[in-house]
Amino acid sequence: MSQAAPIVEARNLSYAVNGRPIFSGLDLDILPGRVTAVMGPSGTGKTTLLRLITGQLRPLGGSLVVAGQDMRTVRGDALYALRKRMGMLFQNGALLTDLSVFENVAFPLREHTDLPERLIRLIVLTKLQAVGLRGAASLMPSELSGGMARRVALARAVVMDPEILVYDEPFVGLDPISLGMILRLIRRLNDTLGLTSIVVSHDVHEITQVADRVYLLSGGRVAAGGTPAELASNPSAVVKQFVGGLPDGPVPFHYPAPDYFGELLERSHGHSA
Amino acid sequence: MIGELRRSLVGALGGLGDISLFLVRLIADMPRALLRFDLIAKQVFNSGGLSLIIIMLSGLFVGMVLGLQGFELLQRFGSEEALGTAAAIGLVRELSPVITALLFAGRAGTALASEIGLMRATDQLSAMEMMAVDPIRRVVLPRFLGGIIAMPLLAAIFSMIGLYGAQLVGVQMMGVDSGSFWSQMQAAVELRDINEGLVKSAIFGIACSLIAVYEGYYAQPTAEGVGLATTRTVVTSAVVVLFLDYLLTFAFL
Repeated sequence: MSQAAPIVEARNLSYAVNGRPIFSGLDLDILPGRVTAVMGPSGTGKTTLLRLITGQLRPLGGSLVVAGQDMRTVRGDALYALRKRMGMLFQNGALLTDLSVFENVAFPLREHTDLPERLIRLIVLTKLQAVGLRGAASLMPSELSGGMARRVALARAVVMDPEILVYDEPFVGLDPISLGMILRLIRRLNDTLGLTSIVVSHDVHEITQVADRVYLLSGGRVAAGGTPAELASNPSAVVKQFVGGLPDGPVPFHYPAPDYFGELLERSHGHSA
Repeated sequence: MIGELRRSLVGALGGLGDISLFLVRLIADMPRALLRFDLIAKQVFNSGGLSLIIIMLSGLFVGMVLGLQGFELLQRFGSEEALGTAAAIGLVRELSPVITALLFAGRAGTALASEIGLMRATDQLSAMEMMAVDPIRRVVLPRFLGGIIAMPLLAAIFSMIGLYGAQLVGVQMMGVDSGSFWSQMQAAVELRDINEGLVKSAIFGIACSLIAVYEGYYAQPTAEGVGLATTRTVVTSAVVVLFLDYLLTFAFL
């Protein structure tokens, strides 16, 4: 396969929340047509990276180019035009609770197109069939299980035929069966619809089954990147700790705190005084 | 003490600035939102239609109390026949707009604030943004406009039911002459009385709807935040309505 130009390109990207740096000097390429996983321990800014890529947040420094748009300056109609080329699967699905499953999937079509009702019905039913939930079209979101809600949201995310599909922690809180379904859908939608998929997750074993390329974030930058096999044989301590699930290592078990015995023996502290 | 007072005053002024900016944003987006009449109609039903029972019941009781108190007072001067006039002017100019607005804040305003707040907390607003749908235009504005349309209609219904209640007590129970009850009312109530009530309820409608959608839209996306937004909607609406009522009454003198 020839090396196509990256569809997402981050160079020396930096971002901070309330003065606390999340990213400093992050470099990352996401190639079109692939499933790219972004992994990392909780709190390393995986979701923040997604929000930067989708333009919900704005980079503070460096450059971030998504599908040819400079994310530092894009706003208004240009941002909405870019988002029409993207789909995003939120952690809990984020279905609109006052609309049925069918209407949720039809929502982007109704908002952005003047398609006749017959065609909308056709498109929605084919997308629901693809996620195996055509039979649930008339249910309300409150009647769905967590896994079903996520599949409906997936159908909604692809209904406008996006180029980029972004998944925020798609495996959290799923039973093994639903998890297997989502895994299969990520791969199948990516290949049949010709998408570029970006999956943020910390489920090492699940994500390495489907990802073509994996980035491991740590300490505000990319600690390692490559195919799942390359990552598994990576000698770095951070990668070993994360992939092996070791409780202590470069990412410490303890949140930074003053000396333990010193604090226990301290007399003039709080109500113990 | 003074420092605290100063801080809360500065906070209140800051809040006033934020909500004014929010209103400007709503007005800027309003032309495009007005095209979606189906969405607005649904919200007129949600805010207005679903508040109808509580408005009608309250109107009936307020009218009945007005009938009793008015009769008792007017009887001292031997002018019970003026009961119709007193009830009509009291209701149309003052009681209907104010009580409707307070009930609206409690019934529809809280529903709006918690609905929008929960949509924020469950990422529904972010999901809309990701689908290139502006939540201000799709969610906030239809609800804002629906509330503005519903409020004067509710106040008018409140007046009507209230007059029926006053008549029920005054004429049917206390024996005021039916003919003079209605004819004196007809002669005394002028168009400017009706206008005063209409203007008041329109302005209360704008204020209550704005406070509700603002509190919901900027609610902290947690259970506590949504609860706080709901409470603040009722409290702020009530104080603002009563304050505006004084200003408007003064302006109509």
